[in-house]
Amino acid sequence: MNIRTPLAIAACMALVACSSGHDNFDKSTQYGPDPQLPEPSRTLLPRMGISKVVGWHPGEAPTVPQGFKIEAIATHLSNPRNVLALPNGDLLVVESQKDGKEPLERPKRKVMDWIEAKAHGGTGNGPSNRILLLRAGADGKPAEQTVLIDNLNAPFGVALVGDSLYVADTDAILRYPYKVGDTKVGGDATKVVDLPAGPIDHHWTKSLTASPDGSMLYVGVGSNSNILERGIAAEMNRADILEVDPKTGAFDVFAHGLRNPNGLTFYPGSNTLWTVVNERDELGPDLVPDYMTSVKRGAFYGWPYSYWGQNVDERVRPQRPDLVKAAIKPDYGLSSHVAPLGLAFYTGSSFPAQFKGGAFIGEHGSWNRPERNGYKVVFVKFENGKPVGQPIDFVTDFLKGDDARGRPVGVAVDKSGALIVADDVGNTVWRVTANGATG
Amino acid sequence: MAELVRHVETSGVARVTAPIYVLLFPVPVVLFIAALVTDIAYAKSATITWLNFSEWLIAAGLLFGALALIVLIVEFCASRAIRAGVGWAHLVLFVAALVVELFSMFIHTRDGWTAVVPAGMTLSILGVLLALCAVGTLFRVPVTWVTYREVAYREALS
Repeated sequence: MNIRTPLAIAACMALVACSSGHDNFDKSTQYGPDPQLPEPSRTLLPRMGISKVVGWHPGEAPTVPQGFKIEAIATHLSNPRNVLALPNGDLLVVESQKDGKEPLERPKRKVMDWIEAKAHGGTGNGPSNRILLLRAGADGKPAEQTVLIDNLNAPFGVALVGDSLYVADTDAILRYPYKVGDTKVGGDATKVVDLPAGPIDHHWTKSLTASPDGSMLYVGVGSNSNILERGIAAEMNRADILEVDPKTGAFDVFAHGLRNPNGLTFYPGSNTLWTVVNERDELGPDLVPDYMTSVKRGAFYGWPYSYWGQNVDERVRPQRPDLVKAAIKPDYGLSSHVAPLGLAFYTGSSFPAQFKGGAFIGEHGSWNRPERNGYKVVFVKFENGKPVGQPIDFVTDFLKGDDARGRPVGVAVDKSGALIVADDVGNTVWRVTANGATG
Repeated sequence: MAELVRHVETSGVARVTAPIYVLLFPVPVVLFIAALVTDIAYAKSATITWLNFSEWLIAAGLLFGALALIVLIVEFCASRAIRAGVGWAHLVLFVAALVVELFSMFIHTRDGWTAVVPAGMTLSILGVLLALCAVGTLFRVPVTWVTYREVAYREALS
């Protein structure tokens, strides 16, 4: 007995520690409009796989398919999370990190902070929370790097409408007078509207885009929780896409129930808004698939009460059968926990014809499953404005073993038709060109 | 009584640990009971604050429980008296309560309803029952904890 009791405790602990990492589920069944949804599976502890950040060694780069090449056009940045390609070929790179910690409402928060810190590596190289302008040199490569806007507050979204540059800080949309071609903004910021922010500000990235005619702005506001575990009051105007009138700052909820919508982009030549959404955690390694979807005005996409249509999430109380009934299914599953944060439609012409009009998606990568998922840029072909087929891995090998050399976030297509990828923990901006393409 | 006191003095360690244990042991018991109360409050109201309370109470209970357990184990190693009496029953019940509450803690870290209903609350009830049984072993002798050991020692000798 003397020795058996501690042994029994040790055995229990071991059982907890190695809750199975085995996963037989074929994740390719979760691509497309009708993903397989296994039953929710809950282990004693959520299954995790957190990639330690090791960064890129000199000479290392992600892998691209045959016929393409990739190069770093800016390195040693400080958490670059988003890119905007300007019509003259300049690139705006948004360096961003959230200041301040979330309130400690429960002991679990400490563990989550540790996980997030580990998955995110260091704080980058020097000052962040600013927008850099990368200007192409004569050979088509950015040679010049200037700070366009400094001292922002965790910025993410940027949109250019005429001579106005809109920046979505985590707490407000700002407007700067800016003429394409300038290396300076033409004056101080004007606040368009406040956005839901502190003191929690869990999903803090505010994705931003403008309608094709420039009359309205659309901003993605992620939820403050996984599935409402911080109470309904914390979710005011969150898990929503807001439609903002840039002239007056008046806003309306455009669509709701999108847990963490990012990559807001209008499909080229249309008035259809698209987004990629990070779905909920802790229902198992293969629930819930993240997705890409066109966004219908006024529609409800399920969060937090249900997922992928009418699949009720039993963790959320009180339940809302009325809302669940109205929940619509997203257009295209990307498989679970890939964390899509960037979306860009291919509008260039230097890539082969099949890429025209298709979607590049930056998948930041998983933590809530033992076997890593995401950590790459995928391409989804579009036909008649709709996604078709399975995604193609386009920029890969951000992982080395289970360590993260980089993690892709925002993506953009530049004037020459090259794909630009912001890599936040790699502190690099990558440019992918087709062999034989000029520029 | 004089004879009993003489026996106690044979374990110097126990003379130090016993009063510490008397202070520490009730803390986790009370915290686990409080966590059961907040679990019930959450199950009744679905107000998330109660779930947060439960998580803090169980975590604090485990912290103080671990400290108490360390003191108890030291005492076990040092004192024949406690090994000879109802000490074993007390140790086993207390460890069982802590193990159950540890599992309960993991369940309570889930988000929302399934952190409590049904598994979290079931474990809370079980943990509290085991902790109360561990308390019960102390009532075998209706005197203070130190004196209990004295009596136990005398029983073992006789």
